[in-house]
Amino acid sequence: MTGSSTRTILICSGKGGVGKTTLTANLGIALASQGVRTAVLDADFGLRNLDLLLGLENRIVYTAQEVLAGNCRLEQAMVKHKLQPNLALLPAGNPRMLEWLKPEDMQEIVGLIQPHFDVVLIDAPAGIEDGFKNAAAAADEAIVVTTPEVSAVRDADRVIGLLNTREVEPIQLVLNRVRPKMMQSQEMLGVTDVTDILALPLLGLVFEDEQVIVSTNRGEPLTLNGSSSPAAIAYRNVAKRLQGEEVPLPDPTKQRRGLRAKVRQLMQTKLF
Amino acid sequence: MTLREMIDRLLGRQQASATTAKHRLQLVLAHDRSDLNPDLMEQMRREILEVVNRYVELDLEGGDVSLETEERATALVANLPIRRVRDDVLPQVPAVQ
Repeated sequence: MTGSSTRTILICSGKGGVGKTTLTANLGIALASQGVRTAVLDADFGLRNLDLLLGLENRIVYTAQEVLAGNCRLEQAMVKHKLQPNLALLPAGNPRMLEWLKPEDMQEIVGLIQPHFDVVLIDAPAGIEDGFKNAAAAADEAIVVTTPEVSAVRDADRVIGLLNTREVEPIQLVLNRVRPKMMQSQEMLGVTDVTDILALPLLGLVFEDEQVIVSTNRGEPLTLNGSSSPAAIAYRNVAKRLQGEEVPLPDPTKQRRGLRAKVRQLMQTKLF
Repeated sequence: MTLREMIDRLLGRQQASATTAKHRLQLVLAHDRSDLNPDLMEQMRREILEVVNRYVELDLEGGDVSLETEERATALVANLPIRRVRDDVLPQVPAVQ
């Protein structure tokens, strides 16, 4: 909620394990490689992982904690990515920060980061408690990540309700871990089912992709090295849409060809 | 309704799980969003029926008052089958002062 031209975007989901941190890492790298000076801020102080997904875990000297305490300058704590210098990470501090951290502290950190970057991505913790509220206090806009599962959608709805009361705008949706085959056979909530229920514009659609696991193992986000795997393309497209470029969304029900796919499509025809 | 749902229904099969998921979500979210606890819901339902019953005779068994939600807006939807209009209700004329 600042007047600067830097966009500060909260990445949240309510439920854990739906892909917040993976999205933050990949979106950060994708934006950076599109020429946007991007800072990623790990606001999950209890269970930090953003450093690990970015492969920066061995390069952390200072964290947000030392910056807030005045023990170091922001530039000393920000870890610049070697292969993508447009991206820098501000690591989460000690889990004990949770005991004293206030929304104003998050606003202070973000205020310090903003002058040096075009976009700040805040990786929120799961849940809707203080950790989430602190992270949300510093954000202007939000990306809600969810998967087409009842528990994830329900939790996302809770989070959207909280964001609405905080005047965070716009709030956009990324639907993660979509399995086209299951959507075709109507054994997974469809894209419009989820967007109708949550009433948010869809910023991205990411198909379930094993390459995500491989890339996390290596600490090299998929968007880092020109990968053409489905998730890599989806994350890059999220970055483009975020910058106002019009990129069509894929249709999971039209991913396969052949007779069986045709029959499946026929079965989804709306009769009335 | 999709073609699949139609065929499932005709064959008496269990419907596709995505349809079940959607319906269950819509119900649970209507309650999450309204923050009304079940006791209050029940009390409100009883009082609404009571008032309407003063004017028309209701089929109390078939009556249903529930919360529905669409586009993030929650609505109270009452479906109250009317048996007959009571003819013994006199319009209450406000007393002239």
